[in-house]
Amino acid sequence: MSNILPTGIELTYLLAASLFILGLKKLGSPATARQGNTIAAVGMLFAVVATLLNQSVLNYQMILIGIIIGSLIGAIVAQKVEMTDMPQMVGLLNGLGGAASALVAVGEFWRLLSMPGAEVPLDATITMILGVLIGGVTLTGSLLAFAKLQGWVKGTPVTFPLQQPFNILLLVGFLAGSAYMIVSPESPPVFLALVGISLLLGALFVLPIGGADMPVVISMLNSFSGLAASAAGFVLMNNMLIIAGALVGASGLILTQIMCKAMNRPLTNVLFGAFGGAITSGDAITGTRSDQVVRSIGSEEGAMMLGYARSVVIIPGYGMAVAQAQHSVRELADQLEKMGVEVRYAIHPVAGRMPGHMNVLLAEANVPYTQLHDMEDINPEFERTDVALVIGANDVVNPAARHDTNSPIYGMPILEVDRARNTIVIKRGMNAGFSGVENELFYKDKTMMLFGSARDVVDQLVSEVKQL
Amino acid sequence: MEAALLTGLVVFVLASFVGFELINKVPPTLHTPLMSGANAISGIAVVGAMLIAGSKEWNITVILGLVAVVFATINVVGGFLVTDRMLQMFKKKEVKA
Repeated sequence: MSNILPTGIELTYLLAASLFILGLKKLGSPATARQGNTIAAVGMLFAVVATLLNQSVLNYQMILIGIIIGSLIGAIVAQKVEMTDMPQMVGLLNGLGGAASALVAVGEFWRLLSMPGAEVPLDATITMILGVLIGGVTLTGSLLAFAKLQGWVKGTPVTFPLQQPFNILLLVGFLAGSAYMIVSPESPPVFLALVGISLLLGALFVLPIGGADMPVVISMLNSFSGLAASAAGFVLMNNMLIIAGALVGASGLILTQIMCKAMNRPLTNVLFGAFGGAITSGDAITGTRSDQVVRSIGSEEGAMMLGYARSVVIIPGYGMAVAQAQHSVRELADQLEKMGVEVRYAIHPVAGRMPGHMNVLLAEANVPYTQLHDMEDINPEFERTDVALVIGANDVVNPAARHDTNSPIYGMPILEVDRARNTIVIKRGMNAGFSGVENELFYKDKTMMLFGSARDVVDQLVSEVKQL
Repeated sequence: MEAALLTGLVVFVLASFVGFELINKVPPTLHTPLMSGANAISGIAVVGAMLIAGSKEWNITVILGLVAVVFATINVVGGFLVTDRMLQMFKKKEVKA
């Protein structure tokens, strides 16, 4: 009879894992996504309740207090966060998940050490080292990504001399420490050193990666946070943790692949900072461009072009997110539609700072789903478009990606706005994009620049269009 | 213990394949919600945290475990709620369209 409770707990874990799989499946389709999220949340509830019933969990008052504190913080943050800040939010949550997994590995190490006649078995040592490494990298990598997205740390790639040799040295140090731990596992100083190196590696991994590559980094860290949970599962030999973590790890990896494909760059290229090295060629391009003229127009003229067009395609980018301009953009689209203009949105897969960033913002502003178009669908349409309105996007509309083999973004699939009859670019100033690459679109004859913060400019356009 | 490690590896590899198959074709609109939903699931580390925080007497392990419980719960609750908030916006608009 005494087996009933542990068996019941294991069965509940199995149920929870099944609910995670079902939930993730449903999250992949628009009609069932919300239901899928709820199903996964129910699975989590089952898993937590089952764990509370575990007979080795005696300290349940404190644990419940911890859960209540965590739930309150989580609920408040989830309610307060602006949709424009979603990349930071996901980054931060990733980091917390990684931290929890790393803490589990560290805590288990100390538990094994403090046991009478302490002897840490080999497989436990290996899994704990892995848990600390993945969890630690996820933690500091995510925190740095968060700081970059939040603007606390500048978003441009940061490189320093001998960066790669230093990273390799750290890795070698980690491997050496791990080897030492395998021979003599009961050595807390070495273990702590491994924790330190893991944390350092996470920060160094994100440091050289620029803002425009953030969608890749966020998806990767998402994958890591799953693998970290899996590693914690290995530490405690808990199959449900392993399953849930592996699911998340796989899904994060798929998103990472999609993002890399959208930039036509192999993952290694994103991670090991080719953009940092390529900036010199960007400078060269700037030099040849300095004699060219940029056509700047006012909002009145811009409104005229938009209002009397038959078809307008709006290309949102990170600039729209920063200026929180999505509601103004929707208003402008409404006004234009009232005048009989056909309005569509073209979404580049890596526009913004995380996969699907623009879709979320436009959804917040109630833009109908049917007006959003993927790159493949909309590109053939630009030739029949009167005005392409670029709002705070840069690299994803740079024609250099098509023909300039010297450009760092050469080969990246772009939205071909330069094929539209006219292009209006709303931009704060003439600075290069996050990749540091000059955009030749701005110098084309058909391109008009509208300088200013996206929100102010779009608001002006709305009032001008109303007066037409 | 080594048998358990092997079982764990089997489970891990199979679950990874399931994950790949599940999420192969996702429309770009759902990339963000999928990511934050999956992120919430990775908060499953909360179970591990509870297990190591379970001991009645106070020691380093319990303290680390309790901190981990708080972190992981923020991840879980924040993740699921913010995903729901996003998906709610998608819903609203689908009804209108």
